[in-house]
Amino acid sequence: MSGAQIGLLAFGAWQTLLLTLGGAALGLLFGFLGGLARVSDVKILRAIGFVYVEFFRGAAVLVLAFWFVYALPMLGWQLEPLFAGMLALGLNIGAYAAEVVRGAIQSVPSSQYEAALALNFTTGQRMRRVVVPQAVVAMIPPFSNNIIELLKASAVVAVVSISELTFNGQLIWSGNGRAASVFGGLLIMYGIMAVVFTILMRLLERRAALSVGRQPDPGMWKRMRRRAEVSA
Amino acid sequence: MSWDWAYIGDMMPLLLDGLRTALIATVIGFVLAMVLGLVFALLRRSKTAWISVPVGFVVEFIRSTPLLVQLFFLFYVLPQIGIEMSALVAGIVGLGLHYATYTSEVYRAGIDGVPPGQWEAATALNLSTRRTWTSVILPQAIPRSIPALGNYLIALFKDVPQLVAITVAEPFTVAREVIAESFKPFEAITMAGLLYLIAAFVLSYFGRLVERRYGTVRV
Repeated sequence: MSGAQIGLLAFGAWQTLLLTLGGAALGLLFGFLGGLARVSDVKILRAIGFVYVEFFRGAAVLVLAFWFVYALPMLGWQLEPLFAGMLALGLNIGAYAAEVVRGAIQSVPSSQYEAALALNFTTGQRMRRVVVPQAVVAMIPPFSNNIIELLKASAVVAVVSISELTFNGQLIWSGNGRAASVFGGLLIMYGIMAVVFTILMRLLERRAALSVGRQPDPGMWKRMRRRAEVSA
Repeated sequence: MSWDWAYIGDMMPLLLDGLRTALIATVIGFVLAMVLGLVFALLRRSKTAWISVPVGFVVEFIRSTPLLVQLFFLFYVLPQIGIEMSALVAGIVGLGLHYATYTSEVYRAGIDGVPPGQWEAATALNLSTRRTWTSVILPQAIPRSIPALGNYLIALFKDVPQLVAITVAEPFTVAREVIAESFKPFEAITMAGLLYLIAAFVLSYFGRLVERRYGTVRV
């Protein structure tokens, strides 16, 4: 493999990382807005949240990306391709995240609401200081699934010519014709990225569990060590 | 820019043809995913580590890498080792294999949900391993799995547009061909997207019907 090809792959991996992180940031924003809207007392907000979730869960990332890149310019808005990709990913994953946020908020025991009420917290204080900090802990495990889905979905935007990992892989392949090593290599690179994201999210999960005074699940190493001690 | 209805009328039959291809890929791909997923789930439960560990690794790997790259692999790499598939078949195999890794988790949860007493009862009745699975465990585990399986039918359908990358004639591929002649992307892309969206809603409605009909365990 030549230096230029390694450069292309490295740049592609960097763009994939940007797409994933940018998409995750937008998805988190849309997810919280959508999820909070769905548990709101205001009927119109609940309706907006519902329509957002149903529409963007139904629309595939590829469809959104196609539309942003090829159709939207006809209406006079030309988005930067990378941003169009992030937006498509963020809107889609945000709809899934909104359901996670809703579920997590609803899973906070009602006694917590009652306690906040008894202490005369305002609605804003109750959400900010009591409900959301506990709900966030429950959100992290499903979010870590979402981020792997997002990483995989980021490959899809290669179809609209955003030069991320898969697109650059295709470029290299059309140059050297070595399908097996190029596509096999891409799969391995994505696999490694997925493992890294999973480990990082697991660390975050333990952090968050500790921060509200919960005992996190023992990690793999600790479990193995404990097993070794028992058998010794 | 104006919205051109005559242009849409001209391309609609082509797009509907594309949608039919997409639905065929969905249905066959999903059947494949349901069967392979059960195979994966059973192999992962094998007591022989030589089977369960490698299968587990392969399943996790397929699940955490993009379908699109797997499609490229199936369509462009396998012919080099003598396995030639048409674009549609490669697409169906790719979708089926990818979603089998998801359905296998659904079956796993369904099997875990069968109460231990059922296993013990099967042992007490001296049923063979095969009989235990086919007459006791699976008839209880599979209905439990149906609601979650339905969700993956919709998810699989939403991944069908990716087949555009390996030239399967689904709506976006059709739209691209139409655009190549007309240079009018807005209507074509919008209509292809709308078709997918409407079909996804219809599918999820039927999914809910099936769930209501078969989703309960009858003992």
